Amino acid sequence: MRKARRWFSRNLIRIYAVMGFTYLFIPVLYTFAFSFNNSSKSNLVWRGFTFNNWKNPCGAPDVCNALGNSIKIGLIATAIATVLGTMIAFALGRYAFKGRSLVNLLIFLPMATPELVLGASLLTMFLNFGFNPGFVTIVIAHVMFCISFVVVTVKARIASLDPRLEQAAMDLYADERETFRRITFPLLAPGIAGAALLAFSLSFDDFIITNFNSGNVNTFPKFVYISAERGLPAQANVIGSAMFFIALIVVLLGQVVQRRRKVS
Amino acid sequence: MAFLSAVSHKSDESEKKRSFLPYLLLLPGLVWLFFFFLMPILTLVSTSTKTPGLGIGEFDQTYRFANYWDAIVNSRGQFFRSFEYASIATIMALIIAYPLAYAIAFRSGRWKNVLLVLVVAPFFTSFILRTIAWKQILGGQGIGFKFLTWLHIISPQSHLTASAFAVVAGLTYNFLPFMTLPLYSSLERIDPRTMEASGDLYANAFTTFRKVTLPLSMPGVVAGTLLTFIPAAGDYVNAEILGNPQTKMIGNVINARYLQIVDYPTAAALSFTLMVAILIMVTLYIRKSGTEELV
Repeated sequence: MRKARRWFSRNLIRIYAVMGFTYLFIPVLYTFAFSFNNSSKSNLVWRGFTFNNWKNPCGAPDVCNALGNSIKIGLIATAIATVLGTMIAFALGRYAFKGRSLVNLLIFLPMATPELVLGASLLTMFLNFGFNPGFVTIVIAHVMFCISFVVVTVKARIASLDPRLEQAAMDLYADERETFRRITFPLLAPGIAGAALLAFSLSFDDFIITNFNSGNVNTFPKFVYISAERGLPAQANVIGSAMFFIALIVVLLGQVVQRRRKVS
Repeated sequence: MAFLSAVSHKSDESEKKRSFLPYLLLLPGLVWLFFFFLMPILTLVSTSTKTPGLGIGEFDQTYRFANYWDAIVNSRGQFFRSFEYASIATIMALIIAYPLAYAIAFRSGRWKNVLLVLVVAPFFTSFILRTIAWKQILGGQGIGFKFLTWLHIISPQSHLTASAFAVVAGLTYNFLPFMTLPLYSSLERIDPRTMEASGDLYANAFTTFRKVTLPLSMPGVVAGTLLTFIPAAGDYVNAEILGNPQTKMIGNVINARYLQIVDYPTAAALSFTLMVAILIMVTLYIRKSGTEELV
């Protein structure tokens, strides 16, 4: 009886998880399905199957320009935020220093502030200084809100690191620099990569902060938002679906590489 | 945290000599946050007491603190609605995400990393695209709506979109990954042996969950609820796409004041009020839940 109940509770949670993922993916599947819709202007009702949208992903005006901007901004912001955030995580995770709680507060505050306030306050400052919003201001804003997420992710990884591994390296006459290069960094690399992935996805998907600080520069979420008023072209669905699959493939390949490395 | 003190004990000597190193590591990131987070917030505060000047979009500093009173009185309904919607969405997201995170942490075997990626993957479809997709699925012409009427769960005359229900559902949906990830990372850190021990001591599954798993996962619950509640309270996209004029949230008011009406002082006063209100709630919540190790 106890066994049967255990089996049931185990599978109940699995069934529940499948339902949870279904909920998460219904709109993604819908977006994917309607990327094949034979629609000319608004993509609201099903008008038959076609590959035309996928053959011509840049067919809608400005959509590929917006996507290119989003990718560029995402890559630059991720690179800067990952480096700065990892450095802060190291300082917090590895050193005792004065003003630690103040630093913690400064990292926590951007996460505890709604995006709307972050975006609006940045725009207010840029306007006060007569700085025209555009590509650079978007990157500045994205780095700002990504740093905290990188710090938190990498710090958790540092905290879970077994200190004996580094001690062993030191015992084997590796100096601090070598220990860092051969032991600490490789052990942290997956955590840093995870943080970078999170930063990129946050940047790529950001709309609210971007909308305040973008001026005339278009990004993919902004393109979707603006064109939704006139009827969304199916190309938006194509790009949304394609980015989803590309991200999935990149991450899964990364997983395979990591597993291989562990084996060897 | 015990580990940290262990490490700093070991290298106490070398640390004293190079105590500037941590500051060097902190400097670039903190400079960035100083100039692009703190300074903007200060600018926001200073803008909030300005009054309209001669030209359009020009404002003079007159220290008119009554801006706050006017702004809050005019939008108190939207303020309360935002906190109400965000609270319901946070609770819903917790109910949906907890078993999900639990299943990924303890029941997914070698699929763990893949499933974790799947939680974040929808970000790449863009949340606006997905919110619009929900609007179309649940709209009068959508397949979801037709399916539900076919099942006789709802009547064909009813409305699912353009309602408070749709806005809350959209908020729940959009911030689900922010709830799931912290829950997962605190669940994953739990030693499964603690749960086994509880079973050995004749606790049933429910008692084990209530007395062992849940308390140990509290840091994740706190982090997840914060990461859901805060953005949900300031959101305006869900209310705009899935709502109607009666479901406007404070975010819609601030956004309109800034970008359409160009009334920066009122928008700034509302933004700063929202920020302070959220910070007060967050502080009380963290105090009450007793987890200070958020960052």
